Amino acid sequence: LSSKPSITPVLYGYFRSSCSWRVRIAFALKGIEYEQKPVNLIKDGGQQLTDQFKAINPMQQVPAVTIDGITLSQSLAIIQYIEETRPEPRLLPADPKQRGQVRIICDIIASGIQPLQNLYVLQKIGAEKVQWAQHFINRGFEALEPILKQTAGKYCVGDEISMADICLVPQVYNAERFKVDMSQFPTIRRLNQTLTEIDAFKVSHPSCQPDTPDDLQA
Amino acid sequence: MATQAKPVLYGYFRSSCSWRVRIAFALKGIEYEQKTINILKDGGQQLTDQFKAVNPMQQVPAVTIDGITLSQSLAIIQYIEETRPEPRLLPADPKQRAHVRIICDIIASGIQPLQNVYVIQKIGEEKVQWAQHFINRGFEALEHILKQTAGKHCVGDEISMADICLVPQVYNAERFKVDMSRFPTIRRLNQTLIEIDAFKATHPSCQPDTPDDLQA
Repeated sequence: LSSKPSITPVLYGYFRSSCSWRVRIAFALKGIEYEQKPVNLIKDGGQQLTDQFKAINPMQQVPAVTIDGITLSQSLAIIQYIEETRPEPRLLPADPKQRGQVRIICDIIASGIQPLQNLYVLQKIGAEKVQWAQHFINRGFEALEPILKQTAGKYCVGDEISMADICLVPQVYNAERFKVDMSQFPTIRRLNQTLTEIDAFKVSHPSCQPDTPDDLQA
Repeated sequence: MATQAKPVLYGYFRSSCSWRVRIAFALKGIEYEQKTINILKDGGQQLTDQFKAVNPMQQVPAVTIDGITLSQSLAIIQYIEETRPEPRLLPADPKQRAHVRIICDIIASGIQPLQNVYVIQKIGEEKVQWAQHFINRGFEALEHILKQTAGKHCVGDEISMADICLVPQVYNAERFKVDMSRFPTIRRLNQTLIEIDAFKATHPSCQPDTPDDLQA
């Protein structure tokens, strides 16, 4: 195995992809510089569908990351790899039970909400896409709200930023895009409000990425 | 502290996510109690207020263990892994660990949530094509990835969480009559795994709540 210093990580993502944003937040929290190669999910029928990108991620989705000589996909797998190889500051609590709580929150979002309202699925749903997206976001947030009431301190789980916060903020952004009524979720709102003031969440926001269209820039 | 009670799994015989947890318990040699949540009967027992108190997301599996209640199969399994480390379900090397997680997440985020009972009930008439579509899409990606990562098992030669996720998903694929001939690596891996005790003993055909007509 080579012991050469790693080249800068590369993130294949899209400004508005909530899963890509999770990875951007993780890199920012860890203070890791990286290069972005935008994959426009809408242009040219979707640049994620090119053979070139398929070679990077056979699932033809963003995000994907090249780091330490390997290519990874699936945002939570990427973030956990970053966590395990660059441990400071930590993104998972030391205690296994609290870690379990963080993962539950992440998985409700990453398995229970976002995959049901991503671009690919909504394109298949067709005319009813907004109601469909609202339905699944509401369903997931209705579960998250009581869970977070139990687990949250200043952040989703206790008082330290974790992967749960990394997943929450981009999902709230999606909820707002689909005009979900957030008044029913006061804990989610409070947490999101705190988190969106933090640098790592601000600099990685969809409104200020290299591929953000002019009309959507902050 | 009092002696720990046995863990309790709230699951359903045919729920692939519940089966993942059953496999993990079996691989670790952990005895547990099963409480059946029949997701079809009475309009779906997961929708009762009683179960909602166990899991606000109203899904199986949920597990009570060490005085806490956990949901989300991969969160449950990783908790078990971290508190009962032998035998290991994740490789020691971070890069291999990432490969395991990628495979798990393709299944647990990219396939299964698009073809579970809740979603296909909403899809209605086209449910079989819908389920086949998402399973095919995910398996096309997995076939490619597994060709790179697999030895005897999904990642190298040791059983991992990737294998735990794969077998129940193949079972789902077969239920939806997905053409598995296109996925030789998945088939080979599944064939090896289903011969292993932990996968056999936990199979949907032989659970406490398996209906008579579906028993092995």
